Amino acid sequence: MTRVLIVDDHRLFRSGVRAELGDSIQVVGEAEDVETAVKAIAELQPDVVLLDVHMPGGGGQEVLRRVLGSGSQVRFLALSVSDAAEDVIGVIRGGARGYVTKNISGRELTDAIRRVADGDAVFSPRLAGFVLDAFASSEAPSIDPELDSLTQREREVLRLIARGYAYKEIAKELFISVKTVETHVSSVLRKLQLSNRHELSRWATARRLV
Amino acid sequence: MADQKTLAEPGGDAPYRRMTRPMEGRLLGGVAQGLAAQLKLDPVVIRLMFVLLCVAGGAGAVAYAVLWMIAPREPYEGAPPPRDWSQLAAFSAIGVALLAFGWLTGASKGGIGMLPFAVGGIGALILWQQADPERRKGWVSGATKSIRGNRVRTLLGVTLVVIGAIGFLAAEGELAAAQPGLLFTGVVVGGLTVIAAPWLAGLWKELQLERRERIRQEERAEVAAMVHDSVLHTLTLIQRVAHDPREVVRLARAQERDLRNWLYQPAQDADATLAAAVRRIAAEEEDAHGVAIEVVCVGDMDIDAGGRLAAMLKASRQAMVNAAKYSESPTISVYAEVEGDEATIFVKDRGKGFDLDAVPLDRMGIRESIIGRMERHGGTARVRTEPGEGTEVMLTMKITKD
Repeated sequence: MTRVLIVDDHRLFRSGVRAELGDSIQVVGEAEDVETAVKAIAELQPDVVLLDVHMPGGGGQEVLRRVLGSGSQVRFLALSVSDAAEDVIGVIRGGARGYVTKNISGRELTDAIRRVADGDAVFSPRLAGFVLDAFASSEAPSIDPELDSLTQREREVLRLIARGYAYKEIAKELFISVKTVETHVSSVLRKLQLSNRHELSRWATARRLV
Repeated sequence: MADQKTLAEPGGDAPYRRMTRPMEGRLLGGVAQGLAAQLKLDPVVIRLMFVLLCVAGGAGAVAYAVLWMIAPREPYEGAPPPRDWSQLAAFSAIGVALLAFGWLTGASKGGIGMLPFAVGGIGALILWQQADPERRKGWVSGATKSIRGNRVRTLLGVTLVVIGAIGFLAAEGELAAAQPGLLFTGVVVGGLTVIAAPWLAGLWKELQLERRERIRQEERAEVAAMVHDSVLHTLTLIQRVAHDPREVVRLARAQERDLRNWLYQPAQDADATLAAAVRRIAAEEEDAHGVAIEVVCVGDMDIDAGGRLAAMLKASRQAMVNAAKYSESPTISVYAEVEGDEATIFVKDRGKGFDLDAVPLDRMGIRESIIGRMERHGGTARVRTEPGEGTEVMLTMKITKD
């Protein structure tokens, strides 16, 4: 049983998610802003926090900063209506292990939560597209080649996610196991969080100004 | 005209940009505003400059007319916004007052001799514009950093003032005789500055505040208009068709897409680049068939003149239509990617799929509109499908620059 905390400032949305989640998920609490979220996470120690990106009091990034900054091992799955690049890249680099948009179906969300609880990463097609875009240009000299570029296999996996493939379908397509697909995605997540590619930050903000 | 050339120099460090005449906020022809944007100065300064040059021998009017002719009008959609007549009246009043002053003091009889005065005045104006409250504070605290950035412009202002003053005296041929008078004039000007400075500074600050407030209000009005025209309208429509869930979903999706575009997407010409065109086609088909189409784009390129991308886009539209009409899949994924000179578009659904070999020859959808069209234009199309496994159409086109 995965224990989940829902953090979102819209009550309607919280109850909607609660109703949609499958039986394998236990919602242990809800929070509606940064303060209550930080407190609830400390008290309830959930396995996964469903985190809204835009909230009063600094938003999801502030929650991530305060909770992960204090050394907590709680895992976050970002859930947002926004699909703006700087929001997506922002929370992922803030420490979230996945990003899905709110129009996701209940079954897919259950799947995503289970995956994050297992320590894997969850990429929406759009996030995969962002990452491919951000790692595509290679004008800037890379500081750490291991972190600053994607392997051919990782690129293939991301491309299939962007094309709308589920992990199972990707595994079948590339003749690898689902576990291997998850490993690749987790490795991309690590690069996304640690890489100093200045395209990553610059690109996310510039995207809006172009 | 020479004056303007000198003024244009400080803008030289920025990338070259052609001066245009904006329609919004113009008083006469938008020349002063365009010039102000070009020189990164306040339009008020430029306007006062023109007024001053007009009064002093009419050079301003000529310069204005010339600039009006050579600067293109900034594209503006819709009815041209009304001019702010009160401001225009204010500037006219200043002009008339200056003219009267010149006539009363007899300075205007000097004709060309007034020009140095005008040049001096412009210099002073530029200096004044530099001195917004924060910068003045910076000066007082001795922080030279803030000045350094604008050193060229500040220097230019000072130089113009000095040249103006010297030029005036030289023209009158009494540079030597004027020394005592100059001293007293300096004292008087200094005294007046000390007296008037706080008041002028306050006035300036108020003006800036007012402008900021106006900009905020305009922004709010734009948001309100957007919400009213689209969101409220859609909500009303949804209530009216509440009995038809399909239509409700379609309306909600269309509104969501609109709002998203408005919030997050840069304004794009839908016919200029591949990604923009794919997004637009997906939006149109989503609207027409009430099936959600998720679009992800990586990289982008301009639509080629040879029509190859246009053919590819038509094929992708056909693939989306097929998926929306026949697959019974609730969502369709579209992925467009440009890598080097190759463009690829994937259209995938998780619907019921079909047996490709069983499609009758006379069915134009796949064979003609997708595969045939791509091959005629030098591209390739692959269709992967199986009953129960969904369908994916894969379009590839190489675009060589020629």
